[in-house]
Amino acid sequence: MLDAFKNSVDYLSNPTISFSLLTVLTPLLFPPTDWFDKINRKLRLHLLWTKTGCAISMAVITFFFAVGFLDENFSVILTKADNFPIILMFYSIFFCTWLAMHKAYINDERLEKGLKPSEYNDPDDKVLVWPDLVYIEFIALILFTVFLVVWSILVAAPLEEPANPASTPNPSKAPWYFLGLQEMLVYYDPWIAGILLPIFCVVGLMAIPYMDINKKGDGYYSFKERRVGIFIFMYGWIVLWLFLIVLGTFFRGPNWNFYGPFEYWDAHKVVALNNINLSEYFWVKLLGTGLPDNILLREFVGFIVVGIYLFITPVLLAKTVLKDMVKSYGLVRFGALMTFGLVMLSLPIKMYFRWIFDLKYFVAIPEYFFNI
Amino acid sequence: MSDKKTIPNASIGSSAENSYKKPETTRRSFLSWLTVGWAAYIGVTGGFFTVIIRFLFPNVLFEPPQTFKIGYPEDFSSNSVDIKYKKQFNAWVVRDEESIFALSTVCTHLGCTPNWLPVESKFKCPCHGSGFRMTGIHFEGPAPRPLERFKISLANDGQILVDKTKSYKWEKGEWENPESFLKV
Repeated sequence: MLDAFKNSVDYLSNPTISFSLLTVLTPLLFPPTDWFDKINRKLRLHLLWTKTGCAISMAVITFFFAVGFLDENFSVILTKADNFPIILMFYSIFFCTWLAMHKAYINDERLEKGLKPSEYNDPDDKVLVWPDLVYIEFIALILFTVFLVVWSILVAAPLEEPANPASTPNPSKAPWYFLGLQEMLVYYDPWIAGILLPIFCVVGLMAIPYMDINKKGDGYYSFKERRVGIFIFMYGWIVLWLFLIVLGTFFRGPNWNFYGPFEYWDAHKVVALNNINLSEYFWVKLLGTGLPDNILLREFVGFIVVGIYLFITPVLLAKTVLKDMVKSYGLVRFGALMTFGLVMLSLPIKMYFRWIFDLKYFVAIPEYFFNI
Repeated sequence: MSDKKTIPNASIGSSAENSYKKPETTRRSFLSWLTVGWAAYIGVTGGFFTVIIRFLFPNVLFEPPQTFKIGYPEDFSSNSVDIKYKKQFNAWVVRDEESIFALSTVCTHLGCTPNWLPVESKFKCPCHGSGFRMTGIHFEGPAPRPLERFKISLANDGQILVDKTKSYKWEKGEWENPESFLKV
């Protein structure tokens, strides 16, 4: 029974399956359109944001970790001092998401009945920063300091032997909060995954207030009034950031191969990963000729693909599906939104191409360190 | 509350006669204090920068020689990878059917040190999973180009001489260069 559970978790942890599941689940949990909302209600997924839903989910997470703790393979990963924050992250992220959605659903119902949101106060009934807010912050600060002190006393810092350039630990993992970035580095060239995409993350987050012109839901929790925005954010945050951290922590083993969490880390597991560039797919496999010597001719298919993706897609979308959006948003805002959205979406697209077609790079010019 | 006003401490007892007295500063005492001040300033900043500059020169020189001898061609059996020189010189010595060459141990993706897996006959990087064949050609994971080769030649005494100051990149066609391998 327990073995069946472990085997199924190992099977589901395969990135093609787990990533697809999460990608399908996110729009169902945070339905951006009426169609998804209907399925959400039909599957009764909205019950997740009730108090019972919270209790059951917490119990499921705890059960998963309890089984993992008793498992001889998974417990090695779980009890590593580096990975303790990940366990906390499961609980804290779920709780914060749940709390926001719980309050948002209550408010959505109130608004539907014509009531004010539950956070609404009489304009004269003010809360002062000092002392009301600062006291809360001060108490939180003290409690958190106590927690950190106790943690650092109980668990020794995971220091290793002095660095030796001749022997890299296998697997060699970044600190837990950087494992999402490390996972991106598997799919993209260092200058994209390490510099360009993080800049897009930071600038994109800063640009949200300028791109999201919906004034509803300002100062109170609400899902219905900004469901598209919440869905896009949750997909980027939970699937493209947090899940990649979990993937790097629990599912990556020796030689950076994928392992199920309950699977033994066999350093000699052989996984065929013969990655091929798009140029080789086109010239060698499709046309049966060798690669041309001219770099631009060699990579022209990749340039066309990337060009269509980045420059033609937004135009097509603006002309068809998102016609109304262009009108209300204006060209500049729409262009910015499309740029950030397409760059964000390029990550899962590239990951799937790597997993399914063993595609290494769309454009591969190692001569000039330019690979996309 | 009484109407009695509080008087600031500073104003108590002050009057025209009892005013603030000037300290007696002579030209001599001023100059001596100035000298002391400058001496202290120079001492502190000088010491600070001395320590900073000293910090730039570590106590140990880690660098092994860039050019080194690795023994005679007969010492290497064919179709094998010698990992003896990995730790000290960051180089693998590979002998295939017809040549001996020295591969750099720096992964071309982000610079970790791959491991040689004899069973699978490949170099596998533990950081992001890049894989290289025995020849140094990349075939799996994100590494965009093969491992680099070092200049290799025969010294006068018949030993193999590896020169790490010169490296040869496959993607630039430099592996054709006769200096990048040793015919055996």
